[in-house]
Order: sequence, then structure tokens, then C-alpha cells
Amino acid sequence: MISEVVMPQMGADMTEGTVVRWLKHEGDRVERGEIIAEIETDKANVEVEAFESGVFRAAIAQEGDTVPVGEVIAIIAAPEDDISKYINGAGAATKKEGRGAPSAVAANGGADTQATPYAARAPAPAPPVREPQPEALQTPVAAGEPAARLRVSPVARRIADELGVDVRQVRGSGPGGRIVKRDIEAAARRGTLAPAAPAREPAGPQQRVQGAIARPDVSPRPAVEAADQVVVPSRMRQAIARRMSQSKREAPHYYLLLDIDMTDALAFREQVNASVDEARRVSINDLIVRACALALQRHPEFNATIEGDQVTQRAEAHICIGIALDDGLIAPAIVGSGRMSLLEIAAASKDLIARAKGGALRQEELTAGTFTISNLGAYGVETLVAIIQPPQTAILGVGAVKPQPAVRDGQVTARQIMKVALSADHRVTDGAQGARFLAEVERLLEQPVSLIL
Amino acid sequence: MPEVTYREAIRQALRWQLEHDERVFLMGEDIGAYGGSYAVTKGFLQEFGERRIKDTPIAESVIVGTGIGAAMAGLKPMVEIMTINFSLLAIDQIVNNASKLHYMSNGQISVPLVIRMAGGAGSQLGAQHSHSLESWYAHVPGLKVAVPATPYDAKGLLMQAFDDANPVIFIEHTALYASKGEVPDEPYRIPFGQAELYREGDAVTLVGYGGSVHQAYRAAQKLAADGIEADVLNLRTLRPLDTDAILASVRKTNRCVVIEDDWKFGGFGAEIAAIVQEQAFDDLDAPVLRCSGADVPMPYNGALEQAALPQEDDIVALVKEIA
Repeated sequence: MISEVVMPQMGADMTEGTVVRWLKHEGDRVERGEIIAEIETDKANVEVEAFESGVFRAAIAQEGDTVPVGEVIAIIAAPEDDISKYINGAGAATKKEGRGAPSAVAANGGADTQATPYAARAPAPAPPVREPQPEALQTPVAAGEPAARLRVSPVARRIADELGVDVRQVRGSGPGGRIVKRDIEAAARRGTLAPAAPAREPAGPQQRVQGAIARPDVSPRPAVEAADQVVVPSRMRQAIARRMSQSKREAPHYYLLLDIDMTDALAFREQVNASVDEARRVSINDLIVRACALALQRHPEFNATIEGDQVTQRAEAHICIGIALDDGLIAPAIVGSGRMSLLEIAAASKDLIARAKGGALRQEELTAGTFTISNLGAYGVETLVAIIQPPQTAILGVGAVKPQPAVRDGQVTARQIMKVALSADHRVTDGAQGARFLAEVERLLEQPVSLIL
Repeated sequence: MPEVTYREAIRQALRWQLEHDERVFLMGEDIGAYGGSYAVTKGFLQEFGERRIKDTPIAESVIVGTGIGAAMAGLKPMVEIMTINFSLLAIDQIVNNASKLHYMSNGQISVPLVIRMAGGAGSQLGAQHSHSLESWYAHVPGLKVAVPATPYDAKGLLMQAFDDANPVIFIEHTALYASKGEVPDEPYRIPFGQAELYREGDAVTLVGYGGSVHQAYRAAQKLAADGIEADVLNLRTLRPLDTDAILASVRKTNRCVVIEDDWKFGGFGAEIAAIVQEQAFDDLDAPVLRCSGADVPMPYNGALEQAALPQEDDIVALVKEIA
């Protein structure tokens, strides 16, 4: 049964609403009563519930779209229901164009919807905006070179969508190299996901036969007990899982830990903030971003990306900052931060954090990053040793600033100490280079006036 | 449960109908004095008399036409066409009259007629006597087409056919008359449009009907030795077709091979393949394949005849292409 999700009317004077965030995505299972979206009215943000159980088939309205009350914003239906009339807008008239012309929804930035027919989707849709996965990484062929059409069976493609497996990373075991269901299931298990597969597969003869057809990578795991909850990872969770696994698999990390004395930096920050209005205030993290931007100018080898054997030292630094979200983590780039002043960085970073939490990031911010700072200082963490975001080659993990005894001029004195950890890719740089880079960051933060020179 | 032959199962259904419904009578070539070409009605003439068991001239159009008239007039005739090959002489009566009168009379007329005929090949009967033309009848709205694969099917489906208010084409497979299976003594009915999951697996769906169910089953046993467990579906009726059962199985196995004695081009397997790709495209791991009879008039030579029919090794090979 097809259930239309419409823009709800919250109050008599509401005529339209804006989709702030989809909490469900194409292919997700939806239970009646579950929250599927956040809607912004001119008065408040409200949550939209599903009125029917089914599969979240398509978001008709995209995040950020403003839609009149009563209009369809999404479709919940059974997997086999034909929802083409919703996706193709005007229906039959646009449907005819089929293969070539992207529908209104797809053109609208609605990546990863079913709007595009299969033939046109190959090799696969661009990554959705919410998944911070640089495009270049996913495509094994050089940019501009048309990829050969992937041979993927229909069920394999469907399951890949459901499990968040990138079919381009999967080797097909079917006739002629066709990617079939078992390949996707194996890839999902390999790729750190141990998803709901056990719950979906009927027990009994199925298990036996699976073994017989040779599924090499089934590792023993504890049986699912009744009280256990099988968690189907969100798309963001799956994206994080893929990228972090890829990083740990491919990039040999080395780690350098250093204590930085932030006493002067904190005093400097107080002075700056005393002379600007609230909206322009500078955070500790802004100081670190600025310090890194300057340090990267002297040590451009850390402002590099790697793809395969190719290392590209980037002319511009776009420093990413890790932002915790309710359902995951995102590390978008402050685009152009390499050339920004401290106050510009502060403003850009506030704006970026606000938009990240509202789900309104721009594609470039998700793909342009060249270096990342991940700061858990606000949580009181002492040391954060981070995983590099591929294709970047370095990340700075930052802990809390805490008063510590330190020796200055032979005297023990209390200083504001911040522990940082540089994780860098040993394929690109060595420890000594990392040490020099860190020393530069330290020097800049301990002589904070250099941050505005 | 007693084990009886396919032939005996049909006899049990016919006898029960003759005993319990005086409107029922049987008519056909050589069904009385001779006892039927496949000995299905042997002894019935003595048991039920000339009024109920009628031998006819060799005139298939007349046989079916008379049956239609009797059915319209309130009787419940069962007419036997010696083989499906000869039914071509009656196809005008079947398609133009039997299937349409209810519709054309706006429901005033019903044609509760059972037309039994033997189909299939494998008995060296030559090119003109070895057709599998069931898809011709399944093509026609207004007809029902039953294709029993087992003695149990034969009795239950034939009992059901007599209960139907519409013409039913009941196709018995010549190679199965002597096959045996468990059949209850008491009457029972198998509803039309309900396929049987003849064997359960999870790697591929083998769809068969009539004789091809057994080829599919034997192939499945061979495949099991290689670790490939097949679902084998026995369709039981081609029209109505149990689409749900086919789709449910394909959604489980993601692969489908149809086995039919029929010619491949334009055959019934093509219909199943089309339904599967229309309704379960996103559940397929491989194209739907057909293991069909060769596109030739059936050879008389025994070895060539077997070569022209789908064999279990052909099915195994096809499954391995896609497994």
C-alpha cells in the first residue's frame, strides 16, 4: 500500500513548512509512529510521524525545500509498489523521457533517490550530500573517463542500496563477473557492517545451504538473544563505517603527542573577545584552526591528499572541523580557511557548525577538505588520537585545556595545558616532519600574537 | 493412504461424479466399448450404461459442440478428446463457443463442461501426436487449464473441475498414466490457482507443470548433491496461475528456471518469465531462463525424441549457468 506523507498543518495559520531534515532515507524500514522528518514552520521545528508502516521509498521534498501544507513530501510503500507517478512529477508525461532526462527530483539535488532509471544510474548515484565522502575516492577510474557499465543483478543493486554498499567496490562472482546478492552480502559483512543480516535470513535449511555454496567470510559471532537489539545502521553510520575502515585499512598511521601551553593563547583570546561583539567571538578551536592554517603554509606536505599511489600537495588549505551530530559525526571543511584571518575563521566556523546541525552543508564543504581538526576538548577528554579522513593525510586530535603543573624558569607553576595528537599517513610524511609541523603549531599557539600577523 | 496410479486417480474422480451426480455423463471416442485409449474408462460402460457412457464418431468438433450444448442445457458433461493433438479439430468450439458464451450472454448461459485430453510426448507417437499445446488454451480468457502432475493432483483437480461453472481443459500427461502416488479414497478437491511447493530449497526456483514437475524434481536432486537446493513448484493449473507462489519463491531464491515440454518460442515459460521480471525484477540475481522442448516437430525416433525434450541434465546445466 502506498502512503503519502504530506506537509502537516500545525496550527490554523500555517500554510507552508520547510523540510529541515530527513531522518529516514530511501530504502529504510519505517514503522508506524516513527519520526521520519523534522519540519520547520514559522513558529517552531516539529517532527513528522509516519502514519503507516512500510519502506521509505522516496523523499519528494528535499531538505531545505519549502512546501505548501497538504503537499506530498515523501512516499512510504511496500518495496514492490509502483511509485513512479510521484517520482516522475507530472507522471506519464515526464515518464516517457525515462532514460535520458533526469527528473525534477533528481535535478533538485536529490541524490540517491530512485528517480533516475537503472540504466541512467549506472555506475551509481553521486553520494548523497549527507555522506561526507569525497567523490574522487569512490571512483576507481580517472575523472572524465566513462566507467564501463557495471553488471549488477537487480536484487544485488537493491540490497546494496539497503545495506549502504557501494557496488563499485564489489567484485562480482556471478556469470560474466555479474555482481549478485551474495557478493553484496559478503561486502556488507567485510565492510565493518554486521548488519541485520542474521535477522533477515531464515534459520534452518538456509544456513546449511549457505555453507554449502561457500561463503568464505562468515566469522563466528555470538548468537542474537531475544533481549538483544539488532541495530540497522543509519546511512550516516554506514558512511562513517566505510570511510574509517578504509582509512585504517589503507593508511599506515603514525601518531605524535604533544602538550601545548595555552595560557597565553587563552589570555589573547580574552583580549580579542573583549573587543568584538558576541557574534564575532573567537573560540579556542578557531585559534587552533588558524595556527594549523599558518603551519600548513610552512609544511605543505601535510596539506596533501592521496589516491592510490598519487599524492597531491594542495595549493589551498581547506581545514575541516569535526562536528558531532545527534546521529553521527561530520567533518566539513571551512572552505578557504588557509587564507582567512582569525576573525574570518571564527565567523565561518560558527556558520558551518550551524548549517551542519541543520543538515544544510554544501557539497564542496564535504569534499574539499585537505586537513582536519577534531576537538573533544568540550567533553573534557584529555587526549584524542584520531583516524585520518581519507583522502586527507593528516588529522589533529585535540583534548581539553586543563591547568597542569609545569616547570617554567626552574619553578613549578600552573599552566593551561592542551594535549594534541597528530595522526598522519606514513605513506606521505615521516615522524620528523610531523614533529616539525607540530612544533610550528605549538609555537604559533604559545605566541598567539602571530595568529593575527 | 493407498498408492494408486495417475490413471486410477482419474477413474476414482470420474466414478465418484457418475455415482453422485446424475447430470454427469461421459462422451468421447472409444471411451465405452474399448474402455478409452489410455484405459481410463475401462469397465464404465458396463457399470454405468450407454446413457452415461457414450461412444462418439471420430468428429472432435461434434463431440465438444455437443458437450457445450448439453452443459448449456443443465447437464454436466465430461467430454474426452483422445489427445490434445486432435483437439485442434475442436478448437473453434472450445475458443469461440465454450469460452465465450457466458460473457456474450451477459451471464445468462454457463458452460460447465470438462474437456479431458492427453498431452505431452515421450511415448514415440510421432510428430502429429506428441504436442504440448496447453499454452494455446491457457491463452484464452474464459477457459481454465488444469495440468496435474501427480495422482493426487489428478483426482483433486478433476473433482474441482466438475464443480466449476466454466469450461475446464483438463490435460493429462501421457507419460504419467502409470505413475503412482498416494491418493485418499475419499473425495477431495484441489482449488484452482494454487501451486504446490513440490520440493523446498533456497538457491533457485524451478517451475514445472504436468510432466515437467518430475524433470525439475530429478534435476533438483542432482543439484542438491552439488549443494544447490532448489524450490520446485508444481503449478497444477496454468489458468488461473498461482502468480503469488511463483513470486514468493523467486523472492526467496532470486533465480528462476521454467521447465516445459512445450516449444520455447511463445510458450508458457515465456509468460512466467515475463511475470517474474515484471513483478519481481528487483529480486532477481540472474535472468529467468527456460528449459523447453526443441523448436522442431517431435521426432518419432526414441533417442531423438528424448533429445528434443528437456532433460534433467539440461536443467542442471542451466541452473549452474546462473547459480
